[in-house]
Amino acid sequence: MNWLLALIQTLLFVSLAPLLAGWIKFCKCYLQNRKAPSLFQPYRDLWKLTHKQPVVSEQASWLFVIAPYIIFSAMVLAASVVPLIAVNLPTAASADIIVLVGFFAFARFFLTLAGLDVGTAFGGMGASREMTISSLAEPAMLMAIFTLTMTASSTNLSFAIGYVLEHGTVLRPSFIFALFAMILVAIAETGRIPVDNPATHLELTMIHEAMILEYSGRHLALIEWASQLKLMLYGVLIANIFFPWGIAEQLSFSALGYGLLNILAKLAVLALLLAVSETLFAKMRLFRVQEYLSFAYLLALLGLLSHIILES
Amino acid sequence: MILFLAYCAVIFSLLSGFLALLMRQRNTFSALFIYGLEKIPKLPQSYLQIINTCLSEKYYPLYLQRLVFFLLGISGVFAVLAGLSILINQGVETDQLSLGLPWLPWHVRFDSLSGLFYLIIGIAVIATSLYGPGYVKGYDEQHHPFAVLGLFTGIFIAGMLMVLLADDAFFFMIAWELMSVSSYFLVAFQHEQSANRRAAFLYLIMAQVGAMFIILGFGVLTSYADGYSFTFDALRHAELSTSWATIAFVLSLIGFGMKAGLVPVHVWLPEAHPVAPSHISALMSGVMLKVALYGMIRFCFDLLGDVQTQWGVVLIIIGAISALGGIFYALMQTNLKRLLAYSSVENMGIIFMVLGLSIIFQAQGHPEIAALGFIAALFHAFNHSLFKSLLFLGAGVIQHQVHELNIGLMGGLIKRMPHTSKLMLVACMSISSLPLFNGFVSEWLAFQTALQVDVLEDGVLRSLIPVAAAALALTAALAAACFVKVYGIVFLGQARSRNSEKAQEIDDKGMLAGLSLLAGLCFLFGVFPAIIIQFLNQVASQILAQSSANTINIDWLWLTPVSAEHASYAAPLVLMGVLIAGAICYRYLRRDPAMALRKSDTWDCGYGGLTPRMQYDCISFSMPLRRIFSKVWQIEETIDKQQQGAHSQQVTDIQYQLSIQDYSWAKIYYPIEKMVNHLARLVGRIQTGNIRVYLAYSFATLIVLLWMVS
Repeated sequence: MNWLLALIQTLLFVSLAPLLAGWIKFCKCYLQNRKAPSLFQPYRDLWKLTHKQPVVSEQASWLFVIAPYIIFSAMVLAASVVPLIAVNLPTAASADIIVLVGFFAFARFFLTLAGLDVGTAFGGMGASREMTISSLAEPAMLMAIFTLTMTASSTNLSFAIGYVLEHGTVLRPSFIFALFAMILVAIAETGRIPVDNPATHLELTMIHEAMILEYSGRHLALIEWASQLKLMLYGVLIANIFFPWGIAEQLSFSALGYGLLNILAKLAVLALLLAVSETLFAKMRLFRVQEYLSFAYLLALLGLLSHIILES
Repeated sequence: MILFLAYCAVIFSLLSGFLALLMRQRNTFSALFIYGLEKIPKLPQSYLQIINTCLSEKYYPLYLQRLVFFLLGISGVFAVLAGLSILINQGVETDQLSLGLPWLPWHVRFDSLSGLFYLIIGIAVIATSLYGPGYVKGYDEQHHPFAVLGLFTGIFIAGMLMVLLADDAFFFMIAWELMSVSSYFLVAFQHEQSANRRAAFLYLIMAQVGAMFIILGFGVLTSYADGYSFTFDALRHAELSTSWATIAFVLSLIGFGMKAGLVPVHVWLPEAHPVAPSHISALMSGVMLKVALYGMIRFCFDLLGDVQTQWGVVLIIIGAISALGGIFYALMQTNLKRLLAYSSVENMGIIFMVLGLSIIFQAQGHPEIAALGFIAALFHAFNHSLFKSLLFLGAGVIQHQVHELNIGLMGGLIKRMPHTSKLMLVACMSISSLPLFNGFVSEWLAFQTALQVDVLEDGVLRSLIPVAAAALALTAALAAACFVKVYGIVFLGQARSRNSEKAQEIDDKGMLAGLSLLAGLCFLFGVFPAIIIQFLNQVASQILAQSSANTINIDWLWLTPVSAEHASYAAPLVLMGVLIAGAICYRYLRRDPAMALRKSDTWDCGYGGLTPRMQYDCISFSMPLRRIFSKVWQIEETIDKQQQGAHSQQVTDIQYQLSIQDYSWAKIYYPIEKMVNHLARLVGRIQTGNIRVYLAYSFATLIVLLWMVS
């Protein structure tokens, strides 16, 4: 029963991810006085892409073809271990939050290799920049997570969230630092403004788009879906770790339904905030990104130290 | 019985070494054979033919080489068997050999810790012996005699195995020197180039200086031991004062750290590893560095016994500097084997850092968490020996086929070398610590140890350890960037030189078998880490003298350090999940035959004519990081532009030069060199070269001595 529920939660996660992307686009369009596409446009795009014949460069090797499947499954697996509507599901125990970061690294490894595979300047540029940014962002994220896991003395997400729920709203300075660090990292890792711009194909600005330039058809669909999943994963992580109230602790219908509504509302708010910040800020120069990320790193470290010095 | 297996491993590796000496004795054998034929004429025809072919000019070297490596493989198998049986038995075997000094026979002791390192060496030796015959075939017998290579390889391996067996300081140092000196000859094997001679000499100096420190360390212990005995048993019971124990620790850290390649005494590593033959670099980097780690653990945890918190702090700081320094320099290398050497510095740094954590927890009275850190360090050492050997052997294959070690001149090898590229992908994924591969598990355990910091009371330690964890996280992320670069530039993209365009897959089955063995183990222990961790549990309980052996609950499926609420990881479940998710979307999306892939040209922005020079290469790939962390390296970058036309607007030619130097040379080694030269000049002043002056010195010395005696 629990395993079935975990499976359903994962499927829900995977199927809701494009909706979140659509909602962000909707908010952004509204804020920028443009006419918004339907909320379900991302689903239509994915559908269209899976029904197109993929074109692969003659230079590409088997790695290029297999990479989208690996990236997508790594993200699905990551989605399966993050509590979305309920805690204490069995899949959460199979991989803790460090492994979750490992899944992201796994997907990124193949994405960058795929970018390098065709041997164009764009792919290499994207791969190089992606690895640079992630090698700064990943430790910052781990530090932010460690703050939480040391408070809860567990790296298991379910237990950690359970701990926060149990101890109620204690205003912890470490959590505030960690929250801000986490938000900064999430923006960098999901390739949003001001680090990367998901909407452009200008060579000077793009990182993620540069790597996937050669993809088409179902391969592109998988990668797009995977990056939507990644965005949602970060959203759910922020929402459920720092504001876990409402998540289902018992596995009853009402609790689950309430949990679902709760997480949808939280994600909608987070997405709205993202849309606002994307409207307000401009993209940074690439060599300013390290300042941004080292700020995140510093915040995370401060969070960790303030936990150690102040809270125990 | 177990000791017999251990001895067999040593004897077979020595045998293989001495057998290699017969490489040039074909004529002697032929003469013997003809002589023997006269005495015993009744041999069947088929035997005669076999012997004749064996002794023919063409086949004799080939068969001998195979035999030498076969014996080496047997030695490896014995080492694995010995290691496994002691780990399963959990016993301690001791023995005395009537070799050595008259009053000090060689003491032998074989416990779980030695057994684990026996296992590490055994696996690497088996892989090397599979790989060796194909690799040495290319050497010209005149310039690079196989006899030398084979002899010193055998002695080298025997030396390493003997270090693990040693139970007295005297035997330990003999074995240690056997290992150091024989590996010097292996580094100097291709001595016709002056750079190689220089690298080998540097290695020899550092090895000897290191050995000196180790001897001093043993000396400190011995002076406190019962009856100035050299046996480890006596050293274990030596009662040292805190300050002398710390002095002994520092001496051993310098000594073993020099061998292990910790920053700043790492400089021999990036020089020596690239010039040695690849299977030797695999052994040196994969295994010899671990022997240094063994020495450190034996000295620190076993002989000194009561570890102190400060030692752990020192190890953490030095380890963090090594880890970060190693990976930063690795990122900037263009020579593949140099890059791997720097990455070894990084990994040894990680191992020492985690060992430092373990010391801190042990000293603060938390033996269970100390055991967890100890296990994490040992597991990382084990994993590193697997994937680093694999990477070096793979680099050897690439060098063999592409005749090149410069990463910037490779590319597109994935299509021309399908098998090697897959095996190297496994290696790169393991070393980048991605889930499902072994590197990840040990890093995960290291993080779990660091996160236990809440049990400590000391505020400084409580804030130091998270910072160390942050350094570890940064190291891991940079390592991933580094190996994406390696794999992406070497195997993917288009060929950047004619050599890599013409490269072929290696046709020697043995070489591929050696690589496959290691790659298979990397994956196996990534998915089922419990196989090794249950052994490590015993090592930890034996060395840390801890009664509750099971720090990590062993289950083939779950890995749960401390408790299930705390953390758990089930790699088999993760693997299953990935396979299911991947298979479903693969099957579903490819069901329609009309949607088959269409091959087409790469998109070239409509300009046409993409050339391999337009790709990113290894220098451009790491450029953003070079710019962000520019203070870490000593960078000299020059761009010369030739300009023409009105106002010199038109650039006709650009020359770009980049040199990246290790700071430790400029800051430490050149000043030392200068000081030594200066001292030599001062001493030179009293050496006039005039015999009367020397006679006067002797006279004066004599007078002084007489005065002192009387």
